[in-house]
Amino acid sequence: MPVFSYLAYPKQGAREQLINDLAALDYCEVAPAQNEEILILVTDTPDEKKEKVLQKKLRKLKSLESLAMTFGHTDE
Amino acid sequence: MNISRRQFIKSAAAQSAVAAAAVLFPGVSFGAWKNLDPSSGGIEWKKTPCRFCGTGCGLLVGVSENRAVAVKGDPNCSVNKGLCCVKGYHSIQILYGKDRVTEALVRKNGKLVEVPIEEALDLVAEKMKETIKDYGKDAVAIYGSGQWSIPDGYAASKLFKGCIGTNNVEANARLCMASAVTGFLTSFGLDEPMGCYDDIDHADIFITWGNNMAEMHPVLFSRMLANRQSKRHVKIIDFATRTTRTSQAADKSILFRPQTDLAVANAICHEIIRNDWVNWDFVTNHVSFHKGKTNIGYGTEDHFKFTDKEETVDFESYKEFLQDYTPEKVEKISGVPAKDIKYMASLYGDPDKKITSFWCMGMNQHTRGTWINNLVYNIHLLVGKISTPGNSPFSLTGQPSACGTVREVGTLTHKLPHGVVMNEKDRELAAKIWTVPVENIDPKPTYHTVEMFRALDRGDIRFMWVQVTNPMVTMPNLNRYRNGAQKDGRFMVVSEIYPTPTYDVADVVLPSALWVEREGFFGNSERRTQHNEQIIPTPGNTMCNTWQLIEVARRLGYEKQFPWSRETYIEDIWNEYTQFHDNPKHRMAPYNELKARSGIQWPFIDGLETKWRYNPKYDPAAESDSFDFYGKPDHRAWIWLRPYEPAAESPDGEYPFWLNTGRVLEHWHTGSMTRRVPILHKAVPESYVEINPDDAANLGITNGSKVKVSSRRGSVVMKASINGRGRPPKGMVFVPFFDESYLINEVTLDAFCPISKQPDYKKCAVKLERV
Repeated sequence: MPVFSYLAYPKQGAREQLINDLAALDYCEVAPAQNEEILILVTDTPDEKKEKVLQKKLRKLKSLESLAMTFGHTDE
Repeated sequence: MNISRRQFIKSAAAQSAVAAAAVLFPGVSFGAWKNLDPSSGGIEWKKTPCRFCGTGCGLLVGVSENRAVAVKGDPNCSVNKGLCCVKGYHSIQILYGKDRVTEALVRKNGKLVEVPIEEALDLVAEKMKETIKDYGKDAVAIYGSGQWSIPDGYAASKLFKGCIGTNNVEANARLCMASAVTGFLTSFGLDEPMGCYDDIDHADIFITWGNNMAEMHPVLFSRMLANRQSKRHVKIIDFATRTTRTSQAADKSILFRPQTDLAVANAICHEIIRNDWVNWDFVTNHVSFHKGKTNIGYGTEDHFKFTDKEETVDFESYKEFLQDYTPEKVEKISGVPAKDIKYMASLYGDPDKKITSFWCMGMNQHTRGTWINNLVYNIHLLVGKISTPGNSPFSLTGQPSACGTVREVGTLTHKLPHGVVMNEKDRELAAKIWTVPVENIDPKPTYHTVEMFRALDRGDIRFMWVQVTNPMVTMPNLNRYRNGAQKDGRFMVVSEIYPTPTYDVADVVLPSALWVEREGFFGNSERRTQHNEQIIPTPGNTMCNTWQLIEVARRLGYEKQFPWSRETYIEDIWNEYTQFHDNPKHRMAPYNELKARSGIQWPFIDGLETKWRYNPKYDPAAESDSFDFYGKPDHRAWIWLRPYEPAAESPDGEYPFWLNTGRVLEHWHTGSMTRRVPILHKAVPESYVEINPDDAANLGITNGSKVKVSSRRGSVVMKASINGRGRPPKGMVFVPFFDESYLINEVTLDAFCPISKQPDYKKCAVKLERV
């Protein structure tokens, strides 16, 4: 049951779109900074398989510039 | 509110992201973030210092059903004010690696087999007795670390120096901060910084001397960035031999050729004097000038001896000495443009700017480590920028208790908990507190760390007990010392938590309790002592390192000196130990105060911490109206005439590259703990060699391709990293040492500073071959 947190950087001008895109994904919670172009993303997937699916979906988001992982927990 | 362990982990994940954002964007706000406050719900929070670097961050560990389940920064700890770095946030996972050593092991027929811990302790005591009988007391040794809790180091010193009567006590802090100690002692007469982390909030200028704080001391670095964010004039200058994350965040990055920091520091002083930026009032009243021996060697041969000879000189002699260090001359030696040297001098010389210099391994792991420490103090002393808020030459330390245990308890061959073995009064005090005959304490130091392992190789030492460190990864010129440890007639005892290359050479493995599995104390870089209680039970048959020493001491017949009960021994040891420092210059806080608070700085006088030493406004021990450098007999700080001298080994036609080694943010030292945390391991799964892109292109090396790094001592094959997080200049490579699969210390050189005896892991000559 992996839990990760990330700093998510939107593409230029795509902050609102990224918030909406991330919020629409299962297992994702998103918190935008009020005064910087940066978001916090916390993911909580039930198993490794669903985690891999989510990772693929994240990689395909056009509004996302990059993700920087800040925390990770797996049940390994 | 009841919350699940899972919600709890999510909360820790969110807090980690907030902390990381705060480092990158000081002042960032996530006001809309829902608060997953896990402060209730059957989880109990307990304070502890972090057990990784020397910053001494306060942590709160969440415990549920006797298991550590979460971590957050302790908002009551002034060090980190609730922040953590990535290692801190994942720290509890080091407790739960699958291959944790939980039973005692004894080597039988070449294999380590499980035995009852009592049997292992009996064998350790028996072998010590036998070795002392056959080869003498100086044939047994203990080697610990700056990760020893204070009671561990104290028990080791008392057993070996006080009871057995050998000074064969050393710690890996010799490899980490010995030059800082000798720098302090030669310049001020007393060890440890005069300032504190509050300097970060007051300074206008920061200069990092060979110090990648963004990765090695990330929480302090974030405090620097926060200061710069809040005050626009604040500047950070990174003065280093390679470009790092610190350089990238700095306002200016200045690169120098390895070893030439000595020349640049002198050139800065030359400029300060030439421009008459000297604080004459301070210099006249509080500084004296001294010189020592030159051409002092490098210690690469066995039995190397060196004793410095001090000579007092005057300011005019110092000024004349500096004539060899004009910025233009030093530009040729160092590669640093004269205008940049003048710029740094102008920052130090500006009377309206408060300036803090930070350094750590770059200056300490240096064959002239004591000298470069002296030279940076010289700069601050010339302009009188010291011992006041924001004006601080600040030697950071690498390990959580290198200061608290190794430097304050004195777990080095020449040291006692107060003073040195060579001093009769110090021996008398130790004998009185330890209740041993004063004749037990040998007045002659034996072996510093490198020489101790040489003695093991030669057979002068036959028994060695290693606790809380991994020398079979960290010793320079490692092949010799690993072979030495495995020779016939050597007996190695290793107190460990996980299998390591040092465990692999053990005859006995004692399973150790780790961090919050036992009660203890650490002492951080700013003279702050921090207590932790035992928060969770010890797993299996693991045992606190202090108690292991007590058990062996009693088996050796020293019940009188080690009388304590298992319930109160940590408190009892604290109360005994602090008798050594019961004076206004070093008084420690009492046990109950330390238990209640998130760390207390010494000297602790009349219920108050001392933030800035030697300044009577803040330090009750300072007796003058102005500054009082009371560590020296003349009550002055000493400026030293220390020249530039080259490294022990420099690149040549056969070995044309400098090798520089160090750490990365995600891994702690040899990685024996952090590589067992899945996320940290995945972040940096293996070591690599950083190569300058031009050098890589010339050699036909591409990113990720295999490269053989060879020196005159050994070689290692590893992947190339080009334009990664660090970028060495042309002619240099950098290798992190955290990965036991790539033993870069088989390549490094065991040259050391003749004064501090600290090896130089930053400079030797290597060649590269594409594999």
